[in-house]
Amino acid sequence: MSIEGADIIKAAAYLGAGLAMGLGAIGPGIGEGMAAAKACEAIGKNPKEQGLLTRTMLVGQAVSESTGIYSLVVALLLLFVV
Amino acid sequence: MAFELQTWVDIAAYLGGGMAMGFGAIGAAIGEGYTASQANIAIARRPENSSEIFRSMLVGQAIAESASIFALVVALILLFSNIVAVSYVTALAALGAGLSMGFGAIGSGVGSGFPAGAACIALERQPNMSGSITTNMLIGSAVCQTPAIFAMVTAFILIFLDFSAKPVNPTWAAVLGAGLASGFSAIGSGIGGGVVAKNSVEGIARQPSAVRPVTNIMLLGQAITQTPAILGLLVGFLLIFMNFPATDKIAPGMALIGAGLCMGIGAIGPGIGEGIASSGGVKWIARNQSNTGTITRTMLVGMAVAESTAIYAMVIALVLIFVM
Repeated sequence: MSIEGADIIKAAAYLGAGLAMGLGAIGPGIGEGMAAAKACEAIGKNPKEQGLLTRTMLVGQAVSESTGIYSLVVALLLLFVV
Repeated sequence: MAFELQTWVDIAAYLGGGMAMGFGAIGAAIGEGYTASQANIAIARRPENSSEIFRSMLVGQAIAESASIFALVVALILLFSNIVAVSYVTALAALGAGLSMGFGAIGSGVGSGFPAGAACIALERQPNMSGSITTNMLIGSAVCQTPAIFAMVTAFILIFLDFSAKPVNPTWAAVLGAGLASGFSAIGSGIGGGVVAKNSVEGIARQPSAVRPVTNIMLLGQAITQTPAILGLLVGFLLIFMNFPATDKIAPGMALIGAGLCMGIGAIGPGIGEGIASSGGVKWIARNQSNTGTITRTMLVGMAVAESTAIYAMVIALVLIFVM
């Protein structure tokens, strides 16, 4: 097996992309779940405000999603640009 | 120092067997300990029901134990089945099988302990509801075991499939990646499914008239919570059954290991998160049945958003498999 510098760099980029997206997906997944659980609780306590509560949940989840999107961007950069 | 091929395969099989049982023992032990702690609390509050609570504890612990029994079976097969070496791929497949079963048993073991513990407390609060409490606990715990079963299926395929027709490089990386994808992805779904079932059992004990809507929404929530583990199984099967062209470079192999790690680790968070989301829904449907529809809708929207990062992980894994 011939090992060259370019080959090693590509190998590291592929492994790094996988780790970036894999580890980066843990936090948003748990955080968004907590937001949704509390939204269900809030609607259970005050069903009249369901529209407002669902909207707030979605905005909060969108912000929580941002780090997942950063991971996706970094993974795609590692795959296609670096 | 050069070893024969068969020596390497034996080393890998023993290492894989050790990891399957070692990692596989973590989850069941934690889950069963939690169940026992809740049983003690319940018996302290209502000693006259101790025999029924004790029985419920043992039944719940037996289900939580099954995840580690799967790990024991895979470990014994790896230790004693004399795996015949066809190439270095056989060694990596044995290692992948051990990793898949070891990590795959963690979530189901921890998760099954939650509903079993909740059932002990529930029997203390509502002794006359023991039938529906036990049924709900059994259904919930059984669903928690599915991620461990997915991991066991992957482990068996890796042990018994014949890889002799495939090129050593990069198939060695594909089989290792398949084990990692299937094993890690089972952790989140196992724990998440347990959190849902725990809140379902608690909800029934709090509001006995809500058995039907709570059980239905628990099953819906648990089914969606299993999806990250199913995505991991899918990527694992792709890595096992696809034919990758032979190469003399390292990068294609690392892309396949990266795909397995990406899908496997990426499924942990969404699995736990969807479980937490669904547990909130189940808990509040038990307290406010008249708004079941509204709460279910918000729960499903929230779970869909929590799933998104698992989908990103799958996209990156598929790009690594098919494009790189």
